[in-house]
Amino acid sequence: MEEFTDVFLMVLLIVGTLGVLYVNNLFVATMLLGAVSLIMALIFVNLDAVDVAFTEAAVGAGISTVLYLGTLALVGANEKPRGKRSPIPLLASLLVGGILAYATLDLPKIGSVDTPVQMSEVTERYVYTSPEEIGVPNMVTSVLASYRGFDTFGEVTVIFTAGIAVLLILRQLHRRREDEETPGNPPFQKVKAEGSPHDLVPHVVAKLLIPFILLFGLYVQFHGDFGPGGGFQAGVIFAAGFILYSLVFGLDNLKKLIPVHFVEIILAAGVLIYGGVGVVSMLKGANFLDYNILSADPIAGQHLGILIIEIGVGVTVTAAMLCIFYGFAGRSDELEKNNGE
Amino acid sequence: MNALFSQAPILAIVIPLMGAPISALFRGAVLPWAIATMLSAASFWFSIDLLVHVNTVGPISYELGGWEPPWGIEYVVDPLSAFVMMVISGISTGVLLYARESILKEVSTDRLGMFFAAYLLALAGMMGITITGDAFNIFVFLEITSLSSYVLISMGERTDRRALFAAFQYLVMGTIGATFILIGVGLLYAMTGTLNIADIASKFDAIAHTTPVRAAVGFLIVGVAIKLAMFPFHIWLPNGYTYAPSIITAFFAGTATKVSVYLMIRFIYTMFGEDFSFGEIPLTSMLMTLGVIAFLSMSVVAIFQDNLKRLLAYSSVAQLGYMTVGIALASEMGLIASITHVFNHAIVKTGLFLTVGAIFYMVGSTYIKDLAGIGQRMPITSFAFVLGGLGLIGVPLTPGFVSKWYLVQAALERGDMVGYGLTIAMLISSLFAVIYVWRVVEVMYFRPAPEGAECKEAPLSMMIPCWIFVIAIFYFGIETSVNIGFAEAAASFLMGGAK
Repeated sequence: MEEFTDVFLMVLLIVGTLGVLYVNNLFVATMLLGAVSLIMALIFVNLDAVDVAFTEAAVGAGISTVLYLGTLALVGANEKPRGKRSPIPLLASLLVGGILAYATLDLPKIGSVDTPVQMSEVTERYVYTSPEEIGVPNMVTSVLASYRGFDTFGEVTVIFTAGIAVLLILRQLHRRREDEETPGNPPFQKVKAEGSPHDLVPHVVAKLLIPFILLFGLYVQFHGDFGPGGGFQAGVIFAAGFILYSLVFGLDNLKKLIPVHFVEIILAAGVLIYGGVGVVSMLKGANFLDYNILSADPIAGQHLGILIIEIGVGVTVTAAMLCIFYGFAGRSDELEKNNGE
Repeated sequence: MNALFSQAPILAIVIPLMGAPISALFRGAVLPWAIATMLSAASFWFSIDLLVHVNTVGPISYELGGWEPPWGIEYVVDPLSAFVMMVISGISTGVLLYARESILKEVSTDRLGMFFAAYLLALAGMMGITITGDAFNIFVFLEITSLSSYVLISMGERTDRRALFAAFQYLVMGTIGATFILIGVGLLYAMTGTLNIADIASKFDAIAHTTPVRAAVGFLIVGVAIKLAMFPFHIWLPNGYTYAPSIITAFFAGTATKVSVYLMIRFIYTMFGEDFSFGEIPLTSMLMTLGVIAFLSMSVVAIFQDNLKRLLAYSSVAQLGYMTVGIALASEMGLIASITHVFNHAIVKTGLFLTVGAIFYMVGSTYIKDLAGIGQRMPITSFAFVLGGLGLIGVPLTPGFVSKWYLVQAALERGDMVGYGLTIAMLISSLFAVIYVWRVVEVMYFRPAPEGAECKEAPLSMMIPCWIFVIAIFYFGIETSVNIGFAEAAASFLMGGAK
């Protein structure tokens, strides 16, 4: 049965991806991409990688789709007519695919117990010793937040970089457009600054949903020690709650609630919280991000360290998503103003 | 003091890394720049400290989070990584000293906090790639470096909108390269169950014949080659260097591709091992062919450029060809040539791009036709450019000559036709370099300046760093104990440490 599910999902995945390539309407492509991400998430669940599945669902199917839609609201949904297509990208893809297929020839069979990864001393310690030395039931969290906590620090920095990248590029474009005073492109459907005041149903539903979305975000944030979840997923869910608010009640209202400048501050704050834990452990005489030193009891230290860094992750991810959303949604307002003049 | 030194490996990376969010919070024209410069200098100081330490005492391993490898992530400071870290942080600090007035013309003031945050992230990312002993950690820091590089290049769009396209092109190419590296690391993990480079290396020979490992080697080498701008994957580099802000071009010319050269050496020598790389798979002939084509063809292409920054960018691709050939020779001498050229070319090319930045600051253009009579209008800057150009050609008493001397020796060491052919090809390529440098010098000195052009040098804050680089070019061309000495130590460490 499991094999059948796998094959079925893989076929859906391939069909979905080909669909994304084939369709000309970018809205359709975006929705298909979301579906592809969900299928990926299902495959991950089937592989018992629930944490990865959760992330894929929240990031791939959730927030990326929203951000794509935000972009499409600016640029429109029609693909630019392409000229002659070069065969080189297709050949390169086929070549890479061929090499990947070749690579699988000697790969150990999925699920067998004697694969190098299963037999490795690294895995053994993660699985058997981590409950004792870290004391967190979800060993994925142990690996991500403690054993390989520095990688996660790097990933938070990547998110931070993405946030400031969007701010830098879109702001600078904005300024230049003001300098030149040229009207922008004709507007398409956009995130309206005043929201959608006449739609009663979305208003009521959103009011009902948003508290629960935020609450669920908090749950995912703090429950990551025990089940799938953690700062990354929580940050995305949290940001999604605010973005939903902005879509229904208007960008201006959200900006009143969370000013752009405040988002910039918490974007940096999350990285500093995470790194701060490392600095504290260095000041206490241990290595960077060594949580054992944070408390007299090493296990309590690990708990404390993981709790704080996960908050850092959640804060930066929320802020980065909002930054990107503000970047794109704010642009549609500008375009409208330019065209109104 | 001792406690501080025991944290030096992480401090060299974390200081710029955590400086980035701090810098992003500040506004104004001076403060973010001052923060970036101080933190980069601190990182440089720790790098020098580490370099001296590893060459007197021996390699250092630093366990992040207090978890011993292979369970945790390990930082490894050895003669090679310490040398490359010193080059990166040194170039970065030199460029930042110059940056204050130059960048005001190219990026709007209220964005400078974030601009310098991105700069520090690029620095921290490259330092992190160099120092880490963990294969996945390489990828994480590669992402930090790449993302910040894309945005830094796109910041040139105030001067020329094509910067946006250049950044996008680099983004597409860079993402493909990074994905290849990730696939390679993933396949190696599937076959070894570990991500620690030393641990992978110790298990490598037993599994070297399996298809996933073969594919992983291919993906890693092609991925790094894209990042290295190795011919024929170089197309992103000339555009990126041409349209980026002056200081960013200078910074990346001395660091970004050098880190990729380092990764190439690291993968080939430390991870795969020399016997596998050059015995089992035909890496020598592949890399050598591409390297020779790179330095010959790109030197010719450089001759025909009408934009000075683009000319120097093509020259960079050619110079990377020399470094590739040095690796491909698979000898200690070749490795010395390659490693020392990382240092030598970084210092020469960054110096040249800084002088070009000074010219751009005053003239507002880097097209060669607009540089007529610059020799009379900006004599001090022009003279710095000429001296830097000599270093690029490889005239004796400059570091360019030192590295070519070692490369020629390494080629002749082979004692076969390939070695002689290589030497001749390098001589021809050097002649091409004479032509493309001379073309610029001719316009600068022997074409009359347009009517009414004023004679004025760039501000002192820019001229002094330029001349620091020019003086350094001649210092390291004559007194070679730093560049050759440390490169020799690194090469013998790699050959001795190789399996």
